[in-house]
Amino acid sequence: MIENVSRREFFKTSGALVLAVALPDVHAQAQAPLEPNAFIRIGADSTVTVIVKHLEMGQGTYTGLPTLVAEELDADWAQMRVEGAPADAKRYNNLFWGEAQGTGGSSSLPNSYEQLRKAGAAARFMLVGSAAERWKVPAKDITIAKGVVMHKKTGRRAKFGDLVAGAMTQVVPADVPLKDPKDFVYIGKGTQPRTDARAKSTGTAIYTQDIKLPSMLTAVVLHPPRFGAKLKSFDAAKTKSIPGVVNVVQFSTAATNGVAVLAKDYWTAKKGRDALTADWDETGALRLSSADIMADYKRLAPMPGTVAHKSGDIEPAMKGAAKTVEAAYEFPFLAHAAMEPMNCVVALGAEGCEIWNGEQFQTVDQMMIAQLVDLKPEQVKLNMLYAGGSFGRRANPHSDYLLEAAAIAKANGEQRPIKLVWGREDDMRAGYYRPMYYHELEAGLDDKGELIAWRHTIVGQSILTGTAFEGMMVKDGVDATSVEGAANLPYAVPNRLLELHSPKLAVPVQWWRSVGSTHTAYATECFLDEVARATGKDPYALRRALLAQHPRHLAALDLAAKQAGWGKPLGKDRARGIAVHESFDTVVAQVVEVSRQKDSVHIDRVVCAVDCGVAVNPHIVAMQMESGIGYGLSAALAGAITLKEGVVEQSNFHDYPVVRMNQMPKIEVHIVPSTAKPTGVGEPATPVIAPALANALAALNGSPLRSLPLKEVNFS
Amino acid sequence: MIALSVNGKPFTVEAEGDTPLLWVLRDYLEMTGTKFGCGMALCGACTVHMDGKPIRSCITPLSAAVGRRITTIEHIGTFKVGRALQDAWVAESVPQCGYCQSGQLMSATALLSANKNPTDAQIDAAMSGNICRCATYPRIRSAIKRAAKKLA
Repeated sequence: MIENVSRREFFKTSGALVLAVALPDVHAQAQAPLEPNAFIRIGADSTVTVIVKHLEMGQGTYTGLPTLVAEELDADWAQMRVEGAPADAKRYNNLFWGEAQGTGGSSSLPNSYEQLRKAGAAARFMLVGSAAERWKVPAKDITIAKGVVMHKKTGRRAKFGDLVAGAMTQVVPADVPLKDPKDFVYIGKGTQPRTDARAKSTGTAIYTQDIKLPSMLTAVVLHPPRFGAKLKSFDAAKTKSIPGVVNVVQFSTAATNGVAVLAKDYWTAKKGRDALTADWDETGALRLSSADIMADYKRLAPMPGTVAHKSGDIEPAMKGAAKTVEAAYEFPFLAHAAMEPMNCVVALGAEGCEIWNGEQFQTVDQMMIAQLVDLKPEQVKLNMLYAGGSFGRRANPHSDYLLEAAAIAKANGEQRPIKLVWGREDDMRAGYYRPMYYHELEAGLDDKGELIAWRHTIVGQSILTGTAFEGMMVKDGVDATSVEGAANLPYAVPNRLLELHSPKLAVPVQWWRSVGSTHTAYATECFLDEVARATGKDPYALRRALLAQHPRHLAALDLAAKQAGWGKPLGKDRARGIAVHESFDTVVAQVVEVSRQKDSVHIDRVVCAVDCGVAVNPHIVAMQMESGIGYGLSAALAGAITLKEGVVEQSNFHDYPVVRMNQMPKIEVHIVPSTAKPTGVGEPATPVIAPALANALAALNGSPLRSLPLKEVNFS
Repeated sequence: MIALSVNGKPFTVEAEGDTPLLWVLRDYLEMTGTKFGCGMALCGACTVHMDGKPIRSCITPLSAAVGRRITTIEHIGTFKVGRALQDAWVAESVPQCGYCQSGQLMSATALLSANKNPTDAQIDAAMSGNICRCATYPRIRSAIKRAAKKLA
């Protein structure tokens, strides 16, 4: 069974780092391990440690990436170990992101697929070379199975550890051929358990929240009541009279500002924070309510926007249409609401800064923190811990909560490490939401009812403008994350126009599991069903007809429809809905079945089909489909952050409800067989559930649902 | 100094009586398996057992835990039911981010200790106080059934 770094080992290491005590180099002791590359360490005890460059936030990187190494190395799963990589973009960059290190865009496994297989194959080559030398036999006659190196003719056998010394004298091969997929023992099988399952079932897995360093203080903060407000003054007299409160400091970064109470423990710091009074300068603060913002967006929509996609000639096509269909869709702000509220541990010294965090955005965070504390980026050491969920939140392009933690540590002086802990209310009201959006769609149909024109307008804040990603991902005024899923509409419509309005607003916004697709999938997939209803067509058949050029969409759609029994009569008070959408190169189709109960609607089942190329671990693929559906369903049923005169109205799970056990539908996952390179699975199931559900409800009730969340429906 | 019994061992802590048990466990006794999620008994991440019954430690003051038997995720594996559930959690690969799973396991242990063979509706009733944002619910359900079968 695989265990992650144990608590004892962890604190031994981290404590030593903080105290700056030079530990003897463990690699120099006894037999040094074999380190053929930046990703693998094979010990004299035969353990194979895979250095994983991507955050484990639930999506399975600490299982999927070691699987790639174990496959090429022919290791036994029980000898595999996992270690989070340090911040070093030279060695650990995300290959899809150029020179930057970080986790996101459902890219962890896809960008590592060949890199880690090659790393494993190189290590295998060196072990085989070592055995060949020792046994004086040709390397080609040596085989490895389940971590045992063998020479069949002579019956010789060795474990990896026995061969480490000899392997170190081998030349690291530049390029080793990879396994033929027909010989895979792990990839595609999913028989190996998750490496983090035991630690996470026994309370021993270490998250940021669990870090305790010698002399560390806990910081609890007071943020402004409105976005854009600045601290004027504060009174900490009551706070300082609370035993255990050590310091009260004010902080201000590019992202946040406020007052921090530092105490020996969380509860004391929280009591101290609650006893603070503060005055805020609200001259530049946002005072709008959600309804005002939506009204503004509706006013903007008919005006000419920035063209994000244009094909054919929309105006004459629309004018010549025999019939048109129109609809508008509304989307609220959404909080990520990960189970672990945002937090960060910082130890600041003159020579460097050390951070413990569910670290998702190494290169950005290093740069931002270095700037704040006046160090070089490489002097910012990042310890990547398990994250208690993220859904995008911990990859913040402004490094908001990390900067806050560093600013507090700086204001408090360098002597003591600090742990910034946000309560649920702090987390939910801190912004960095999925933006509000408004969509207008118009379809033109010819006299045979064929789709000839598709006009689409999107209004909503740009996520990337004003971040380091602006230059790369905002082109000609179009933020790619605002229009993804709509600009690349797969349906064959000869005349299309997509326009974008990106109004500025003081509400901080950020990507949220599946980013642009969170709204574009709903708008396009629900609208296509509106077109189907207007022309009396079957929504599955209409999609099939328009997707002839997209075999992956068709395959996923057909698989979901087949498994769901699309077309078979369901009986009275029951209905199905279907949706298909591509995000992060993965295609997901879902069929939702609903039934009318006495005074409510029940989601009877969700059938999900996914084309993600090779399914490296089919169980994790299924888990991510279920997880994405549950996450998307929370947003569809009840997710909304609303503003009242600029103040966030929600604070905790009572007014920001999420799906619980009793609301989780039955889900079946089916994987489209494929030999193509793997594509991501962490996000692509999320955007599909809401339109599939809304389409089922529209089929049940006859009227479309054009605003999320689906507040008007009473679900049981 | 307040005395309390956690996982069969006596402890004394120098904390105010109104300090929630959660923060006593985490910050004073350094038992970090029990998690902070909401502070309002809404998410269940902080679930522990008091005299064998599941409670939300984030709203249970230390003073209310005095003289009671507190059991946490760190100790639940020493009991047959807790161990069977932990094994089932691994076998079904239940945890994703894992942050809520200590609380899920404490609720599940209380359920199976009181009801050897729960129905789906009984599982819903016992587990709906525990939020999982990764939505591992289907696998939690399977793992509870797997453990129940093994214990039968």
